[in-house]
Amino acid sequence: MKKDKKQYWKGVEQLTNHPEFVKFASREFPQELPIEDGKLKEDGGSTRRDFLKLMGFSLAAASLAACEAPVRKAIPYLNKPEEIDPGIPNYYASTYTNGGNYASIVVKTREGRPIKIEPNKLSNVTGSGTSVQVEASVLSLYDKARLTGPYINGSAVEWKELDSQVKTKLESIVSGGGQIRIVSKTILSPSTKAAIDKFIERYPGTDLVMYDPISAYGMVKANERSFGRAVIPTYHFDRANIVVSFGADFLGTWINPIRYSADFIKNRKLENGKKTMSRLYQFEANLSLTGANADYRAPIKPSAEGLAVTTLYNLLASKAGKPALATSPVKADHLDKAANDLWANRGRSLVVSGSNDPNVQVVVNAINDLLQNIGSTIDLKSPVYFRQGDDEKMRQFVSDLGAGKIQGVIFMNCNPVYDYYQGEKIKAALEKINLKVSLCEREDETATSTDYVAATHHYLESWGDANPSEGEYSLQQPAISPLFNTRQAEVSLLTWAGNNNVDYYEFVKNYWKEHFFSTQNKESDFTRFFDKCLFDGVYSLNPMAVTMEMITFGGDVNAAASSISKTYSANSNAVELALYETIALGDGTHANNPWLQETPDPITKACWDNYLTISQTMANELGVELIESDTYLLDLKVGDKTYTLPAIVQPGQARGTVGLAVGYGRTKAGRVGNNIGVNAFPLISKKNGLPLMNVTDGVTVTMTNKPAKVAQTQTHHTFMNREFVVQETTLDTYKNHPEHAFHRPAIAVSTGLEKKLGDQKIDGRVPPREITLWKGHSYDNHHWAMTIDMNACIGCAACTVACQAENNVPVVGKKEVINRREMAWIRIDRYYSSEKGATSNKELEKAAENPEVTFQPMMCQHCNNAPCETVCPVAATTHSTEGLNQMAYNRCIGTRYCANNCPYKVRRFNWFKYHDNSKFADNTSMNNDLGKMVLNPDVTVRSRGVMEKCSFCVQRIQYGKLEAKKKGRRPIDGEITPACASACPTDAITFGDIKDPESKVVSVLQLKDRGDKQEIHEHRAYHVLEEINVRPNIWYLAKVRNKEENA
Amino acid sequence: MSAKSKSRRHLPAIVFIFLQFLSTSLFAQDAGSATPAQGEELNAEMVAAGETLFNNNCKVCHAVHSKVLGPPLANVYERRPIEWIKSFVRNSQQVIESGDEYAVNLFNEYNKTMMTPFDFSDEEILSIIEYIKSETLKGPPVEEKVTVAATETTVQEQGISSGLLITFLVLLLIILVLILVVLFVLVSVLTKYLKLKAELSAEDKEIVYQELEFGKFIKSPGFVWVATFILTAFIFKAVIDGLYNVGIQQGYAPTQPIAFSHKVHAGDFKIDCNYCHTGVRKSRNANLPSVNICMNCHVSINKVTGATEPSVEIQKIYDANENNMPIEWVRVHNLPDLAYFNHAQHFEVGGITCQTCHGPVEEMDVLRQQENLTMGWCIDCHRKTEIRTDNGYYDKLVKIHAEKSDKPMVVEDIGGLECSKCHY
Repeated sequence: MKKDKKQYWKGVEQLTNHPEFVKFASREFPQELPIEDGKLKEDGGSTRRDFLKLMGFSLAAASLAACEAPVRKAIPYLNKPEEIDPGIPNYYASTYTNGGNYASIVVKTREGRPIKIEPNKLSNVTGSGTSVQVEASVLSLYDKARLTGPYINGSAVEWKELDSQVKTKLESIVSGGGQIRIVSKTILSPSTKAAIDKFIERYPGTDLVMYDPISAYGMVKANERSFGRAVIPTYHFDRANIVVSFGADFLGTWINPIRYSADFIKNRKLENGKKTMSRLYQFEANLSLTGANADYRAPIKPSAEGLAVTTLYNLLASKAGKPALATSPVKADHLDKAANDLWANRGRSLVVSGSNDPNVQVVVNAINDLLQNIGSTIDLKSPVYFRQGDDEKMRQFVSDLGAGKIQGVIFMNCNPVYDYYQGEKIKAALEKINLKVSLCEREDETATSTDYVAATHHYLESWGDANPSEGEYSLQQPAISPLFNTRQAEVSLLTWAGNNNVDYYEFVKNYWKEHFFSTQNKESDFTRFFDKCLFDGVYSLNPMAVTMEMITFGGDVNAAASSISKTYSANSNAVELALYETIALGDGTHANNPWLQETPDPITKACWDNYLTISQTMANELGVELIESDTYLLDLKVGDKTYTLPAIVQPGQARGTVGLAVGYGRTKAGRVGNNIGVNAFPLISKKNGLPLMNVTDGVTVTMTNKPAKVAQTQTHHTFMNREFVVQETTLDTYKNHPEHAFHRPAIAVSTGLEKKLGDQKIDGRVPPREITLWKGHSYDNHHWAMTIDMNACIGCAACTVACQAENNVPVVGKKEVINRREMAWIRIDRYYSSEKGATSNKELEKAAENPEVTFQPMMCQHCNNAPCETVCPVAATTHSTEGLNQMAYNRCIGTRYCANNCPYKVRRFNWFKYHDNSKFADNTSMNNDLGKMVLNPDVTVRSRGVMEKCSFCVQRIQYGKLEAKKKGRRPIDGEITPACASACPTDAITFGDIKDPESKVVSVLQLKDRGDKQEIHEHRAYHVLEEINVRPNIWYLAKVRNKEENA
Repeated sequence: MSAKSKSRRHLPAIVFIFLQFLSTSLFAQDAGSATPAQGEELNAEMVAAGETLFNNNCKVCHAVHSKVLGPPLANVYERRPIEWIKSFVRNSQQVIESGDEYAVNLFNEYNKTMMTPFDFSDEEILSIIEYIKSETLKGPPVEEKVTVAATETTVQEQGISSGLLITFLVLLLIILVLILVVLFVLVSVLTKYLKLKAELSAEDKEIVYQELEFGKFIKSPGFVWVATFILTAFIFKAVIDGLYNVGIQQGYAPTQPIAFSHKVHAGDFKIDCNYCHTGVRKSRNANLPSVNICMNCHVSINKVTGATEPSVEIQKIYDANENNMPIEWVRVHNLPDLAYFNHAQHFEVGGITCQTCHGPVEEMDVLRQQENLTMGWCIDCHRKTEIRTDNGYYDKLVKIHAEKSDKPMVVEDIGGLECSKCHY
């Protein structure tokens, strides 16, 4: 038992027990809300009568309609492709790229349609899992807003016409000695670069300009200044015992979060009796996903960030006996402690910064050099290529464009008018340009400013390859033939370069033959080599070199420090703006994807909007109160630009700062993504000439007093203040007394029972599982179970979108989310915790200043004593002999008793028919012919009036069992994985059959099956709400923070 | 079943059992097809392997004893050398082009139809030959008729049991009518006797001289009530039956775009169902054959058996092929979207025959839906059907079941009635 009782709260309204919160918490469904627009009946009785009338009519109509059975056609293939068998999925290894965002993937196709993205476990780079954006990318393939063919000045043309016009113009520019630029985001593909080289060869005067909407060029510059290598190194978070991060959200959005989070968690998992884990310090302004997972987090203002880094340097330099830097020290919590920890773990620590200011990065490099991390946790010899944007070159391009020095521009899979901070300048300058071409998937902000639009394929229709990091290659193969009359960007470039009938597959193949075939000696036949690479999806040039040569730091840290002291200040009083990327929308490229729009942000739990995150202190000053989605609009003034945005009171937000996400405010994304929020890219500041995400001067925030609503899911589906939903402890407690580190609920019993139960007794009480009304279930065959390691869950939400894709979960839209009717089967509960509760605003400020955060994925717990099953009047939800709590949709009559009786609040009711309903047009996967191609044909699309919930991906279980039966054996552990577990980049979710002694769940739980009783020996394992003895099949492994007691 | 009814139909039962014996003994011969009496040792394993291969690949065009598309294969191992067979199976075109006289003659004899090449290993070809050998030794099939007879008897036997019930009911009715008649006679005799006696009280007279007034009876509340009740009950029953039949298409036999006959293909030519419905072993869908599968055979068959003119219906396949338009068949067996059915689970794992659900397809000229395909029908079968226990997946379950019960393990016992086996 704990001495101090922590307070857990999902939002400030819960912490203060606001009457609005209490009102909603005690009510499962907000009944008074209108179901139909403007049809709210004052008399509840008439609605019911209407319902009965309608029901009577529809019954009659249905039986009449049924008299004449509709003729259903069955149309087989004319010539069935050999590899396609209707009903059997095919899997193709491929590569996801969006600029520098990368994932090696396996695409699941059914009848030739890609329907789901899975991680490619063979990849050394992202083999562990996927991310929200990767999972959702399959829906973008079936987007009606995609271009269906080439356009010239807004009218559809033939490719021939476009090619000849573009070629003629290119010729005339080149013959006149003019300049042509190809603008692109980071290109990871070596063959694409080869194609561009061919183009440049044909049209001299052409140059490639790469940029990244969220740039890391400052880091590249700093590494050049420090080590003579203009690269981004490979970071080994798994080798670091102490990680200190200054604003780098490496678990969420920074450079390569899938790999970083997997590595980071590797050293945080406490499996098989391991009692050590790394410690993370985070210094930042906005509460990021990384900050939420930090053991020690200190909110600092962006203006102090540079000085915080130099202060840390000085602290370490004094330990190393080196001269200190001449900068003013900054006061930040935990900085001394971080320095001590770092010094004690020299060579086993890592300091990173998300800043794009090269001076800050040089000091960070100097710190890592002081700590002997270069060559151990930082590998400069195997750089990564995720951010190749050159801010200086891009700035030069914009000024050249404005000055009329450039005659031709080709935008390749990028949208700088929207996502480059000088987008407006580019747009204005484009008007004077002779040849402007857009190679793009959709008619975006940039495409509408160009004359020639050469529509490109979606990545799932394209051939290609990628080189994400040194020595690691992967291939991209199409999983579907092109849906529209589009053409891959590279083919367009090669065609314009004078090649006819370009077969890009051959081009990629030849490139691999030329460059990679000779690097191996396993395969002597090229076709076999290429097929193997294609099958695997990845090719590693050489296994990571074991010996790492020392690279010495040669940067001028003093010069960097003096620039820092000029641009940063230790105690600025101005309001500062910290821009950030959200996990779901990223740079906004896929803003038209409703799955991404409806993914609640892991921290704010808001979706379908961007908003200003403000601290509780600022909220008190401005008079903002955020209660159950109701908030106020604020005016944000930056320089000469004014935006009006709703406010979200964000615990952990540094005082005097506001946060705003980029990626919103699209105007040409498509019907889903248009006009949601504002575009924050133009606010990026230009200190030191490089774009910085922090705006430290000229920011004012004023209250408008206009009410607004944000679609926040955080307080929906609450647990009614029940205790011990979240269990956590500190590493020291866990190490010393693992058996007493956690709460074990017990129930008082009469002496008679006490005697009988013997050694089970705890102070005259027994564990709740000893007393039950029910007979229980016997499982002869399988018994499916899951463990969720809260030490490994970082809250990235990849599981939520994976589940949405796998189980045909509808998107309900902003309005219905505000009405508390989101449909997600798996949600990630985000709890704040603070030492004390709060009743006054002052106390609230303190509690919300820098709370601890815990993430807890929550879905149907598949209880063995399920409360939902006993209350269903029609037995629509029952228990299976394999431990599943099954839901038969066609049996459900919609009483919603089950949801009322569910202690975990995981059941979702279909308030509407979300499919084939024009009112839910944003639910594109169910409301248009194209979008429907993404639906999983093995899962029913639910209709109005039925309940639904997590099924443990029963379709995957059944499929896995059948595959095993076909082979005449039992399923092997790992063959059957639900979508959430498969997507999880940190392996937080383990699924398996606890009747199989070889399964990983058994070993994680250290489960001993004693015939009639199962004993769990893992101390961290617990059931949420164990005291009510519903006996879930999901165990949570309690969170352990690497924090000192009383710290 | 009572002992009485058993004894009543002992004759057909004995016939049935006798036939059963006959057929099982024949099956036994099938299984251990090595017949040492013939003086030649056959490898049973190879024969079994060969049989599977033959059924899956060769059966469509060849039979052992009769001519189908290709020549009968009986004694082929004596007619041709093994090496020749091997090369012909692998690439008949090559053999024909090489000018092999036998091959050329064969090619001409069979309407210049090229045999599909099969990429079999030596071992596989040898096992097929082994199978052909065993079939050749057995001689042309005669047992089929006996088996059919046995099945027919089974049908009859089922007919008897329901017929018995009807007879019993009719007898009961006759007895009841007889009793009624006797009672009526008794009453009238007694009334007559009473009438002869003069000294009856007024009350008694009323009863004795009572006349049955039909109109009054009709209007009596008792009769009205009973009649209304019976009428309502009938209407109610009719409505319920009607509603239960909503969406049921039992007997549905739509006209198809091509007058394809399963009787000809599956019945007369004994083409394995699998040959066209390729998904049945591996997928949830059995799959309708794509045109290229039809063309495997119809590239050389353009007439109906016995006809002189090319068939109009077969021409439709050629048209589809030429116009690049798939054939739009009308779906006969429609399950609602909310039910998940998997052919592989039933056919490959469960060993259920196609006919169990689809009826005697091989006898249907126009395919019709034989069963009602309702959930009750599914459940009924899951309650009765025993698990095929030769699958390693079920080993543990069989053991556990044997400890609990001495009845055979049926689908129900391992959760075959649970919702999420079919609904998700």
